[in-house]
Amino acid sequence: MTVENELSPTKVKEELLKVFPAKVARKRSKAIVVNEPGASRQIQANTRTVPGIISMRGCCYAGCKGVVIGPTRDVLSITHGPIGCGFYSWLTRRNQTRPASDTDPNYMTYSTSTDMQESEIIFGGEKKLKQAIEEAYEAFKPEAIAIHSTCPVGLIGDDVHQVAREMSRQLGINIFAFSCEGYKGVSQSAGHHIANNQVFKHIVGRDDTTVDAKFRINLLGEYNIGGDAFVIEDLFERCGIELICTFCGNSDYEGMCRSHTADLNLVMCHRSINYMADMMETKYGIPWLKVNFIGAEATAKALRKIAQYFESASLAEKVEKVIAEEMPAVKTAQQDVKTRCEGKTAMLFVGGSRAHHYQELFREMGMKTISAGYEFAHRDDYEGRDVLPSIKVDADSRNIEELKIEADPKRYRPRKTKEQIKALKAEGMAIGEYKGMMPDMDKNSLVIDDLNHYEMEKLLEIYKPDVYCAGIKEKYAVQKAGVPCKQLHSYDYGGPYAGFKGAVNFFYEIDRMVNSRIWSYVQAPWQQRPQLEVGYVL
Amino acid sequence: MLLRHTSSEVQQRGALTINPAKTCQPIGAMYAALGIHGCMPHSHGSQGCCAYHRSALTRHYKEPAMATTSSFTEGASVFGGQANLVAAINNIFTIYNPDIIAVHTTCLSETIGDDIPQIIQRAESDGKIPEGKLLIHCNTPSYVGSHVTGFANMVKSMVTYFSESGSGKKLNQVNIIPGWVEPADMREIKRLCGEMGVKTVIFPDTSGVLDVAMTGKAEHFPKGGVTVEALKTTGDSKATIALGEVTSGPAAKALDVKCNVPCEILDLPIGLAATDRFIDTLRKILHIEVPETVTEQRGRLLDMIMDTQQYTYKKRVALWGDPDQLVALAEFLVLLDMEPVYIVTGTPGKNFLKRIEKVIGNCAFKAEVKAGAGADMYLMHQWIKNEKVDLLIGNTYGKYISRDEDIPLVRFGFPIFDRVGHQYFPTVGYRGGMRLLEMILNVLLDRQDRDCPEESFELVM
Ligand code: SF4
Ligand code: SF4
Repeated sequence: MTVENELSPTKVKEELLKVFPAKVARKRSKAIVVNEPGASRQIQANTRTVPGIISMRGCCYAGCKGVVIGPTRDVLSITHGPIGCGFYSWLTRRNQTRPASDTDPNYMTYSTSTDMQESEIIFGGEKKLKQAIEEAYEAFKPEAIAIHSTCPVGLIGDDVHQVAREMSRQLGINIFAFSCEGYKGVSQSAGHHIANNQVFKHIVGRDDTTVDAKFRINLLGEYNIGGDAFVIEDLFERCGIELICTFCGNSDYEGMCRSHTADLNLVMCHRSINYMADMMETKYGIPWLKVNFIGAEATAKALRKIAQYFESASLAEKVEKVIAEEMPAVKTAQQDVKTRCEGKTAMLFVGGSRAHHYQELFREMGMKTISAGYEFAHRDDYEGRDVLPSIKVDADSRNIEELKIEADPKRYRPRKTKEQIKALKAEGMAIGEYKGMMPDMDKNSLVIDDLNHYEMEKLLEIYKPDVYCAGIKEKYAVQKAGVPCKQLHSYDYGGPYAGFKGAVNFFYEIDRMVNSRIWSYVQAPWQQRPQLEVGYVL
Repeated sequence: MLLRHTSSEVQQRGALTINPAKTCQPIGAMYAALGIHGCMPHSHGSQGCCAYHRSALTRHYKEPAMATTSSFTEGASVFGGQANLVAAINNIFTIYNPDIIAVHTTCLSETIGDDIPQIIQRAESDGKIPEGKLLIHCNTPSYVGSHVTGFANMVKSMVTYFSESGSGKKLNQVNIIPGWVEPADMREIKRLCGEMGVKTVIFPDTSGVLDVAMTGKAEHFPKGGVTVEALKTTGDSKATIALGEVTSGPAAKALDVKCNVPCEILDLPIGLAATDRFIDTLRKILHIEVPETVTEQRGRLLDMIMDTQQYTYKKRVALWGDPDQLVALAEFLVLLDMEPVYIVTGTPGKNFLKRIEKVIGNCAFKAEVKAGAGADMYLMHQWIKNEKVDLLIGNTYGKYISRDEDIPLVRFGFPIFDRVGHQYFPTVGYRGGMRLLEMILNVLLDRQDRDCPEESFELVM
């Protein structure tokens, strides 16, 4: 289906808002923007979800335990709260991990919880938490334990941080807690921030051992869904780039402890991890660079940027060699799928970065993104970091701690001089910058934050896109409406989609979806042609 | 090894649950509410719970699971959720237009102590509930019981809110409370009753809601589900049959107290004997004859069991899941001459232990059974490490044990995230029993084919 829509985007927007009560319509109106690159249109983001509206969003705990902390295999997570939260976040996020050997720790297949009962709600849960930590230590002997608070914990006033300190002393291991109660903030996003803070405070910088390698980097905001990180790791290795730590995918505690010894931070998912990048820069002097390994061209660009940053001809040469090795297969696949996919349309409503990153892949296969938005992003993820100073902090965000970070007296070491940074920027390297999603989207495409179920149905009805990208809660509702839906949180249990190999996987996956025969069988023969023309005479 | 830290040394644990064999109340209330036609389940709390519950139901059914939430922020958590709920009610009726909203609570709203009936009244007096639209609620604190408790609570609320004994005379119908079973099971129970010539009101009824046919048109409120009109008549039914003591018992008793409808509380009709009791109860209370066709179905299951007994005989089984399922399933396994040696449910309940004891008490094998605190899949795995079993029966989470220990797994219960079939093919009734037995046999025979020496590889089995 091509976009031969008669409704102008402004009209579509009106359509989306029509049914809402006046107050809701006013609010939602600010979250729906007709895109015009260069016109610096403002979008409302990171504000409260409208009660009763069927949002895609989850909670702070999900952002902290589920997204940021969960994927590190040897930090044992204990959920402090009633059983549900720990149960639902048990193995449902597909963060793949590969311990070095059969005997190395991997706690990711375990879900542990204090399973709070009524008596703890009434009399407090600290005692049970302490005992749970002891029992966890006995069962797993981990080096580090992370405690995650769920909704009731904050209300009944358990001091999880005090418990963590006390038990840390008693057991002689690193134990830290997260006040990531589900009601904090307005979405998973608050949990990302809280997780960043605690990881920075309690893990980063604990081990000064420096590996002897030339190009030391960290990869931030890559969660190794479907093996994406494995693909990226392989590229680094072939280029001779030393990956100290990924936050957090296929990651381990040791790497995190040493991450401050890297010389460059690469940021994939800006939303979930930009705090860490900023804090590491301030404290240790490590610059960061926004990159994207989703899309073959984007991957090539990211690798070249690394070479440019390190100002190394030998690295640049290796990078070009790897790109040259990988590109032919991509080109072949690209040409092949284009014959069937070119001109088709996509919509992406997911996460805090993916809705931006994946547009790149659709572009590479000749498809057009007609509408997109995030689930829990902030304005800077849409409009770029330039708007950061103008974002007003509201009551919901004010309570999320902003750590005051200063340069480490001993270990602060600017990796580049001011002049070098300036020179790199002059060469077009956007160090410490992110321009957001909107400048990359077409004029008149619709950008919508925190899309809800009603708006989704309307969009599907009006635009009939060829593919819609979202998460598990949306998946089957979209398909019931006759549009294939690709999950971009779980990848529908496929992947990897990162790097060159991932791009090829994605091309063929989308090709399969948008060109599948099955969609033409929705109507039974007798529904297509109800009239009986010739029949047997009975 | 996926579960490399699980050792055979069973340690005493009093505070830490590892790999739970239960989840929290609200998801059960949500599932039950989806079994009312035109109903929007509403989660009163912060939005994460609702997102988790919807995701879990969606993964299990591969169907949209629609529900709304009050989306508490920190402010609501301090000042109470009234404003959020009233706003939500207004928004839900305006935007999605359900016939009925079924509110359940979460840990958060329970800990705050929100008074739902009072808030509903408030919404009513504020004019937020349109003419003819309905609202019901139940309390589902997750720090009590488990997901099955939440299911039972919502089903009971259907009775408290709707059942009437209006006409004064009994209608020629029977209430069936099917318990937390699959849409396909509810469909099969209806079919079986229809075959018996019994008119029923079955509630909740998720068939036609969570197994919807693809038509190219998405419906917010699919055709299925028990209607409010039908629910209202339950007070005039001749009797209630509650399937599953834990999930259906409370509603049946409430209906007896409220409207004087006598009830029979039976096991879920899983396997031969439990289905026999179900059919026979219908026969006795309604004074009807069991049709030949039903007896024939029974005969087929019986035949299948006899033909294949050699493969199930003395096979050791570990099972985990929900109490109602486990009681009936254990009984069926014993009838197949299997040995359910490890049985675990995270749902607390003394009665469960008694029931299991009754089912397996006379058997020659020794069984470990645990329910409630400390009864988790980690413990069960430890038992297995100490003495192996031939078969695992339980939800998807068992696949990790299955792979590590190289023991076949039959997926049964909730949740099943990695296979299809459970939503479409029943495991209740005689035909369901045949399917269950087929699944068990398939994995056991595949195993034998895989492991036997070449010379004893059998063509005919
Ligand atoms: S906060 Fe309570 S209701 Fe919500 S998911 Fe957790 S256990 Fe369940
Ligand atoms: S990529 Fe998206 S879904 Fe993943 S952590 Fe970032 S914001 Fe969340």
